[in-house]
Amino acid sequence: MGKTLFDKVWDAHVVDSIKGGPDVLYIDKHLIHEVTSPVAFLGLDNRGIKVLRPENTVATPDHNIPTMNQDKPIQDELSRMQVDKLSENTKKHGITLYGLNHQYHGVVHVIGPELGISQPGMTIVCGDSHTATHGAFGSVAFGIGTSEVEMVFASQCIMQPKPKKMRITVNGQLGKGVTAKDLILYIISKLTASGGTGYFIEYAGNTFTNLSMEGRMTVCNMSIECGARGGLIAPDKTTFDYVKGRKFTPKGEEWGKKLTEWEKLYTDKDAVFDKELAFDAADIEPMITYGTNPGMGMGVTQSIEVHNNATYKKALDYMQFKAGEQILGTPVDYVFVGSCTNGRIEDLREFTSFLKGKKKADNTTVWIVPGSKQVEKQAIEEGIDKVLAESGIIMRQPGCSACLAMNDDKVPAGKLAVATSNRNFEGRQGPGSRTILSSPLTAAAAAITGKISDPREEFKL
Amino acid sequence: MAIDKFQTIQSACVPLAIENVDTDQIIPARFLKATERKYFDKNLFRDWRYDNNNQPIATFPLNNAKYNGSIIVSGKNFGSGSSREHAAWAIYDYGFRVVISSFFADIFKGNALNNGLLPVQVTPEFLENLFAEIENDPKTEVEVNLAKQTIILKTTGAQESFEINSYKKECLQKGFDDIDYLLSIKNKIESYESTRI
Ligand code: SF4
Repeated sequence: MGKTLFDKVWDAHVVDSIKGGPDVLYIDKHLIHEVTSPVAFLGLDNRGIKVLRPENTVATPDHNIPTMNQDKPIQDELSRMQVDKLSENTKKHGITLYGLNHQYHGVVHVIGPELGISQPGMTIVCGDSHTATHGAFGSVAFGIGTSEVEMVFASQCIMQPKPKKMRITVNGQLGKGVTAKDLILYIISKLTASGGTGYFIEYAGNTFTNLSMEGRMTVCNMSIECGARGGLIAPDKTTFDYVKGRKFTPKGEEWGKKLTEWEKLYTDKDAVFDKELAFDAADIEPMITYGTNPGMGMGVTQSIEVHNNATYKKALDYMQFKAGEQILGTPVDYVFVGSCTNGRIEDLREFTSFLKGKKKADNTTVWIVPGSKQVEKQAIEEGIDKVLAESGIIMRQPGCSACLAMNDDKVPAGKLAVATSNRNFEGRQGPGSRTILSSPLTAAAAAITGKISDPREEFKL
Repeated sequence: MAIDKFQTIQSACVPLAIENVDTDQIIPARFLKATERKYFDKNLFRDWRYDNNNQPIATFPLNNAKYNGSIIVSGKNFGSGSSREHAAWAIYDYGFRVVISSFFADIFKGNALNNGLLPVQVTPEFLENLFAEIENDPKTEVEVNLAKQTIILKTTGAQESFEINSYKKECLQKGFDDIDYLLSIKNKIESYESTRI
């Protein structure tokens, strides 16, 4: 029987299997940040051991950092201590760190691909659930807990039961104003927040292969939001073209060798999945969420579903929405564009594509946060910062920012935000904040009109 | 380092009768700034436990004196969201040893097991029953026997068996952790590496 892409990558990394238990999986690349690593480093100290393969780990502080005045010391004492701890730990263990203000600094899942750290066929882990982003390259990439971070430090391996496999096939062309973000929000709304639990998803079909790498990353990034540990897409010419020539990608003869290996990374025709789903791209509208998990999503023009259960009611109460109502036209207090889901250059381009000559709405505060220093630099080179400035919006500095609001970028209690990030949980963007997830394009429509708007209408698409 | 050995537990339960309890609720991001595993229990369910003025919200089960015990019971898809192990630490350090639900998010389940916190997955019917019994009598006790992989509702005698892989079961029973094991197979790891480079 043939193998799935996932099997091919996973099986090639199994060092050992425990009967009735997990596999010992070898990890090619380990990304770390300041929040989920300190206790793992402490664990090493307690055991009196060092990081086994420091060259396979790359560190960057992103969750906790301010997105203004990054050249100045971090004001918040606890944040500063955590960021300093990362510098201290990486120095002690000989791990490469791209710290604040470094030209390669940024959100961990933005810099991995950008620097060519993420490559096809690899196993990649990070103490952050959106590690699935790197699956866009045809790698097995997933988020881990701090105990597992410590495992990778200690042994370059983790213990993992092999997940089941699901294939989601989408074919057809996405409609006008419908983006990769809408595609994944649609899929999650169909699967619910737990429908993918226990699975690793392969995204297949021409709707995915027609996406750019940025779009594929947006899709894979949110795999966790339906409960799946990760998602991946078979590498193809788009992937190889993207990967080629980046800082850490193989060069010269080595490149040719790797390419031959990577070209074998696809699901065999006779491979079997534990579950298969298929959708039609033509059915997808620009999407928004209305509840307190990413599975509670709908087309921007639709009305909120009616369900009679306590969890559902609690979510709508929190969001101050009513079952059966349309959200279109609801005033928006904040717009946040950024995060590892939609903080790449293509997302900033998408946000500004119709902005020229328009002003942001007076009632709406807009935060634009590039995903990395390199994205920031490119945005400046392309004049995106100027287009933003003319609309009354300042581009901030890279970091996770209002995606999880560990820094000062907090949406105040009760305020409604349209965010291009990945989670609309209660209080995710600050205690009491209310979040609607959308694409950068739908966020742009909200920023200009000051309310939830259909980008197809607003931008005459 | 080694975790505490898991013993059979008989205890009353704290009910949290909602679904999709995500790790941002279990421990909100703003409390993740510590560099040591300390005080996370203080902020367990922070925004459901305390109001804006830091006053306990009386209706929240953790603040309700009639509920106590080392078992937390919750609706399906418990622990969804972020990979933060702080969620498992907060629950464990607060004093819970078992979480009962009809469905767990993957990363949370792994994190819990790595810290000696046992996730017990029961059928939706058993869960519903359990919630009803607790509502009836908050002192309702449940026995979780890891060796036999059984959970018994003491009031009605209802019993189910639960799944756990044999490796993890042994780790919990003996108080071993994965790192001890991984360090013990260093030779295998090195020989794997030599085949790849
Ligand atoms: S941007 Fe958000 S989801 Fe991505 S790594 Fe940062 S906190 Fe996690």
